[in-house]
Amino acid sequence: MTGGSKTFGPPVFQRKKGLAPMLRFIFGRLAVLIPTFLGVSLIAFSFIRLLPGDPVMLMSGERVMSPERHTELMNQLGLDRPMYVQYFDYLGGLLTGDFGSSIVTKRPVLDDFVNLFPATLELSLCAIILAVALGIPAGVLAAVKRGTWLDQTIMGSALVGYSMPIFWWGLLLIIFFSGYLGWTPVSGRISLMYFFPQVTGFMLIDSLISGQAGAFKSALTYLILPTIVLATIPLAVIARQTRSAMLEVLGEDYVRTARAKGMSPFRVIGVHALRNALIPVITTIGLQVGVLLAGAILTETIFSWPGIGKWMVDSVFKRDYAVVQGGLMLIAGMIMLVNLLVDVLYGLVNPRIRH
Amino acid sequence: MTVVETTKNPPTGIAEFWFYFSRNKGAVIGLAVFLIILFMAVFAPFVAPHDPSIQNREMLLLPPVLSEGGQASYLLGTDAVGRDIFSRLIYGARFSLFIGVIVVTLSVISGVLVGLVAGYFRGKVDTVIMRVMDIILAFPSLLLALVLVAVLGPGLVNAMIAISLVNLPHFVRLTRAAVMTERAKDYVIASKVAGAGTLRLMFLTILPNCLAPLIVQATLAFSAAILDAAALGFLGMGAQPPTPEWGTMLAEAREFIQRAWWVVTFPGLAILITVLAINLMGDGLRDALDPKLKRS
Repeated sequence: MTGGSKTFGPPVFQRKKGLAPMLRFIFGRLAVLIPTFLGVSLIAFSFIRLLPGDPVMLMSGERVMSPERHTELMNQLGLDRPMYVQYFDYLGGLLTGDFGSSIVTKRPVLDDFVNLFPATLELSLCAIILAVALGIPAGVLAAVKRGTWLDQTIMGSALVGYSMPIFWWGLLLIIFFSGYLGWTPVSGRISLMYFFPQVTGFMLIDSLISGQAGAFKSALTYLILPTIVLATIPLAVIARQTRSAMLEVLGEDYVRTARAKGMSPFRVIGVHALRNALIPVITTIGLQVGVLLAGAILTETIFSWPGIGKWMVDSVFKRDYAVVQGGLMLIAGMIMLVNLLVDVLYGLVNPRIRH
Repeated sequence: MTVVETTKNPPTGIAEFWFYFSRNKGAVIGLAVFLIILFMAVFAPFVAPHDPSIQNREMLLLPPVLSEGGQASYLLGTDAVGRDIFSRLIYGARFSLFIGVIVVTLSVISGVLVGLVAGYFRGKVDTVIMRVMDIILAFPSLLLALVLVAVLGPGLVNAMIAISLVNLPHFVRLTRAAVMTERAKDYVIASKVAGAGTLRLMFLTILPNCLAPLIVQATLAFSAAILDAAALGFLGMGAQPPTPEWGTMLAEAREFIQRAWWVVTFPGLAILITVLAINLMGDGLRDALDPKLKRS
């Protein structure tokens, strides 16, 4: 993953006790994050300044503005100060949770993000659960039945899924399930018939809490197609990865030993082999977070799903660059945190990485 | 395993490559499909039955030939302004393959150069380069490409630049990792002792031995570039209408989704088939080039 420890020399063999090595590992990872965070903030900061015109002209849009008013606004917003002062100001804002405000709605970007994020999270969680629940068994099955028609079918489907333009796949599902069969709705999160307070922001949970008859079912029918679309690529990647990890493990001595001891094939594969095969798969799953968010941009646009992906696309088109700037920062920050978490988890699961 | 015949002449590199590549049936099929698409793209004016931009006002939303009301001269039907979809798809192949070639060329050349520098010199240069790559990787690729195109202005050229940049870190990391393992090997040290200069060591001694994973990654990047460019086109930030780019065609077709399934189905199918063919080839290339997987 990111970087690598740069200590050379003979390895230290005595194992330190307690939490210290793990803490040092976590702090090391955090230290690497700081320059990345600064770089990301610099990109978000310069993005709005690379656009033709200046932020005041962007805000005024089509309206004509007198040079005096322009200078006044530039001064008011602090845009006439030197760049580095503006950058440090921006950075200070970020650290206190100020991600700017929308040019169009004037609402703070962070508020919109917090409001919309549960929708994306719900969709992404459902997608990754579907991908893992189908991908790992499919990969194991393909590895165990290596070379048979079953293996070829599973791997063939995985390659198709991996090659899928998901925006088209979503449209096809809409044509078939919503248009032809009339089973599922086309866009949104829940039928307009239902109205209840957002407690968790997760429509599935909120609809259950509300106790309204049919609300949960409605939320589910709205969720199902976007979930399938978003899960497609991670599912294919996880199935391929599980198969190759499993094939590697199945050839190991301890698997042969377990077989020789007369264990049931189910136990050998399910317990002995799978547990070790899953280590690289966990990393793959962690790496899917960025893939999911990129996929969410397309999936949410197709299904008019009110999440951060659609929010970002809409903001780009509305030229609400303050939102794009804040959103970039928030999304990148989140991905960095998730990657850190995956790194730490990986360090916990696999102690060899820590050294 | 079949019995290996021993001949006096060892097989040439290409023969050996083909031996391993052709053992993967999917890869051969992928190659065949890719060559057909390539042929259609190159000879589009001769293959396409109609001009891709001519609007036939009498033939709006004509269904494909096999559906009721279809006409043989419009094999896959017509779109909302009466243009032949099949011809537009054939011309669209030009754009997709062109995008793939340009993006891969740009990102491979720059990625290999940067990765080579990072892996060869290590130290501070390496740290700085890798941090910059981390920064690019901190954004979801499609979002970064979308925002870059928003800054540069929508269009095919800017979309290609944006996608190349987003692809860059993969090539940098791969090259760097390969260079780092090769750099310490005896043949490199021998070459250094013999007096080879830095540039010669980098480009002539080390680089050729790092190519296998790069070629595999390049095929993956080729198909990913086609997908990303189509996605940008679909979002309205890639090639602009009336360009017959597949993603842009899909974006235009979206509003007819309930009335004319063929307008939506075929451009996406074209993307899927092309990307699938390239990915199949990529798997075959990996089998043929990755020595770890080769069975002796």
